[in-house]
Amino acid sequence: MTEPRCGFARFLHASTYCLPLVAATTFAQSPTNIFDPAGTPARDIFGLSMLVLSITLVIFLIVAGLLLYALIRFRHRSTDSDREPAQIYGSNQIELSWTVIPILIVVTLFLTTTRVILGTEAIPKPASAMDVTVIGHQFWWEYNYPKLGVVTANELHVPISDPATPTPTYLTMSSADVDHSFWIPRLAGKTDLLPNRINTMWIDPQATGLYLGQCAQYCGTQHAKMLLRVYAQTPQEFAAWIEQQKKPAQQEFPGNPAATEGQSVFMKNACINCHTVKGTVATGRFGPDLTHLASRDTIASGPIQNTPENLRKWVEDPNSMKPGSLMPSMHLDDHDLDVITAYLSQLH
Amino acid sequence: MTTTPVLEAIDETLETQGKPPVNVIYEWLTTVDHKKIGLMYIVYALIFLVVAGFEAILMRIQLAIPNNHFVSPQVFNQLFTMHGTTMVFFMGMPILFGMGNYLVPLMIGARDMAFPRLNAFSFWISAFAGILLYFSYFGASGLYAAGSAPDVGWFAYAPLTSKVFSPGHSTDYWTLAVFLSGVGSIGTALNIVTTIICMRCKGMKMSRMPLLPWLYLVMSGLVFVAVSPLTAAQVMLTLDRYLGAHFFDTQAGGSAILWMHFFWIFGHPEVYVLVLPAFAFANEVIPVFSRKAMFGYPAMVAASVAIGFISLSVWAHHMFTVGMGPAGNTFFVFATMVISVPTGIKIFNWLATIWGGKIIFAVPMMFMVGFLFQFLIAGLTGIMLSAAPFDWQLSASYFVVAHFHYVLVGAIVFSLFGAFYYWYPKVTGKMMSDTLGKWHFWLFLIGFHLTFDFMHVPGLLGMPRRIYTYEAGRGWDTLNFIVGVGAIFQAAGTLVLVYNMIHSYYKGKEAGHDPWDAWTLEWSVPSPPPSYNFAIEPTVNSRRPLWDLKHPEDPDSDYE
Ligand code: HEM
Ligand SMILES: [Cu+2]
Repeated sequence: MTEPRCGFARFLHASTYCLPLVAATTFAQSPTNIFDPAGTPARDIFGLSMLVLSITLVIFLIVAGLLLYALIRFRHRSTDSDREPAQIYGSNQIELSWTVIPILIVVTLFLTTTRVILGTEAIPKPASAMDVTVIGHQFWWEYNYPKLGVVTANELHVPISDPATPTPTYLTMSSADVDHSFWIPRLAGKTDLLPNRINTMWIDPQATGLYLGQCAQYCGTQHAKMLLRVYAQTPQEFAAWIEQQKKPAQQEFPGNPAATEGQSVFMKNACINCHTVKGTVATGRFGPDLTHLASRDTIASGPIQNTPENLRKWVEDPNSMKPGSLMPSMHLDDHDLDVITAYLSQLH
Repeated sequence: MTTTPVLEAIDETLETQGKPPVNVIYEWLTTVDHKKIGLMYIVYALIFLVVAGFEAILMRIQLAIPNNHFVSPQVFNQLFTMHGTTMVFFMGMPILFGMGNYLVPLMIGARDMAFPRLNAFSFWISAFAGILLYFSYFGASGLYAAGSAPDVGWFAYAPLTSKVFSPGHSTDYWTLAVFLSGVGSIGTALNIVTTIICMRCKGMKMSRMPLLPWLYLVMSGLVFVAVSPLTAAQVMLTLDRYLGAHFFDTQAGGSAILWMHFFWIFGHPEVYVLVLPAFAFANEVIPVFSRKAMFGYPAMVAASVAIGFISLSVWAHHMFTVGMGPAGNTFFVFATMVISVPTGIKIFNWLATIWGGKIIFAVPMMFMVGFLFQFLIAGLTGIMLSAAPFDWQLSASYFVVAHFHYVLVGAIVFSLFGAFYYWYPKVTGKMMSDTLGKWHFWLFLIGFHLTFDFMHVPGLLGMPRRIYTYEAGRGWDTLNFIVGVGAIFQAAGTLVLVYNMIHSYYKGKEAGHDPWDAWTLEWSVPSPPPSYNFAIEPTVNSRRPLWDLKHPEDPDSDYE
């Protein structure tokens, strides 16, 4: 085929190559692509969705093809006679066939779907499973490892689960306020977190890495910035992380007078009403646990990098960074902000 | 002397009817004529269409690029709440009730609705409800705190609507507006059912009734069964908020899931309340422009009734992610998938109707062709969503938004536009401009596909709905930009329609009483029809009374 000459034709020519390419790269680069599963529930869903997509695609091609054919073939031409076409009022055989065939398709689809439902929701929990309690809050996540004695927020760490020694993570979920929904597209479908109700779901990431997602049920002003981060680690990395999280917060800051002062400013302010720092008088439960805040990559449930500058800005006025956040500004002066930032940055 | 068309029109009214304008206004305000009430519904709904469309454009501008600061999160949340509520309760239902009001009595050979005064009451209370909803912008926190419209979503899930999480009065405005619109809808539904059952002209057995009244009958039945629980739920929510009841107040042990059940027992059939009239329009237009009788009339009726019943048992497919457990999920998967069978029958019967016909691509038919293809796709994405595990990924994502807009815009609005072009000559006595109609069609079609085809993809890439912004790098940016461009095309198309309607009213060709060579009773009376419709009550012998008149050698009655 020769290169088209005129500009527009060349553009069209290029786009026939480009469109699929753009589409493919968009899918490949998205960290939340449901067609790039990295755990069993997501993979089972992927299998089912491929079946559903192929069935619907075939139906589409047949019906749309027939429609298109009819529209072209039977269009009125000016040369046609003025006589009305033959009037056909119906046909029992034909109508029966397009009732029975769809019923057969529906039954097939239903049985396959049921198998995936049972395979996700009704299989026994293995003894090697790990438990995490997830509580949804406006607009952040609380994670509790009841058997390991660890409480953290917004960044969930789990061990990877290889098929030989499966270590799925069972999430027991509820909400402290309004409805939320837990959704990591590459690991599993979503499950809602509802007040006065306990739901469960499980994930078993099979490769290490960071899996992203976000709250999928409208939960108020900052629903958009209630992001989810799951860190899947090797068993060794995960064990090390747990060891470190189990420790109480650092209390002494030799050689860092700012942090020492910041600690006392923190303890004297209302911060302690809402936040816990393990081993101190701060035992609030309304906001995220800050015991190991500095070990996290982000703050405020994902949208903000955890750097000293951002921490300072956040404490100064949370609503300027995440409007609608339920953390109030404490109206601290510059000096107090500096030392509190120094303190928070030491909470490894 | 030169005057503007509007002045001319007023002069004309003065001359021909000898009444001052104030009397004309008085006449409209106090009318109980089903045609005038129908037109008022349509005009009020068109105003809300423009308002809610404008809200949609603001949202798409905000989402066109990542990390945009065009509107604040609060404003965005209000926009999607008002957009959804308006489109469903103050655009969709009223416009379809308006069409039904106008057409049903004419098509069954009746002189008016069964209860003309109830009809006027239903209209005015719905209109008041819409105004109340928008008054929240001023009233919800007192006149001086403007900008406090509801922001709890059109589905208003508990407990976000309880006093703790939604202080102030914005939610009360939402509740009251939806409650009142419910009262109006139930009144109209009652009226339509009674009219169809009791007011058919001589010879019009149920089995000879055109499909449009049939579908309005099923639709009105659904309104009864579906809107009543919603209206009850609004009362319960108000009790929670003002008298300390705890139906949905989870902080005091109430249930969030109870609200979901109430809402979706309404919400799912509501989809069919909206789509059945769209089928109804297609059923009238497609045969006329294919020059063939409807293929399989009894099957069409049966399928519609079946859809009505099944649609009442599928509501929890909106709740696959709330943890119903395998038994509940499986039941609702089955019920949902089954509904595709009668729906499929309808599509195939339309196909069979055009097959072997002589298809005339006038503007009404062009919109119906769009309807057919888009409804097919909407049905197929619906099947994807009905497979519960797939839905665990897709629900509350942009894929769902794309799916139901394919139904609401791709099917319902396209069919409605087709119906506008088809019946406009009857209502005004003038033809609409064909050229402008084609501009409207193509702009809207291109806009529709740019917007809603591309909107499926961010959903597959993990983009949840109801978020006011997103970060770059998720693969959502380009797609959202294209979606925004499409929205502008659709707006342009709609403006062409509005212009066409006004322009043709003054400059259009005279239509005569039967411009499309059609077959149903409304085309037997002058355009516009006189009050009381029929000088002599008609008698019919078949489903296509005008066909029988035009083809005495081959009447339909021989085949029924
Ligand atoms: C000066 C005192 C305070 C400091 C230094 C402080 C610090 C922080 C930090 C660093 C975060 C981000 C944590 C994370 O994302 O893991 C945070 C979040 C939060 N804090 Fe505070 N806080 C203070 C006071 C309060 C108070 C008094 C409240 C309760 C009224 C509160 C409620 C919250 C809430 C609800 C969040 C989650 C916000 C969201 O992501 O939407 N904080 N706080
Ligand atoms: Cu949330």
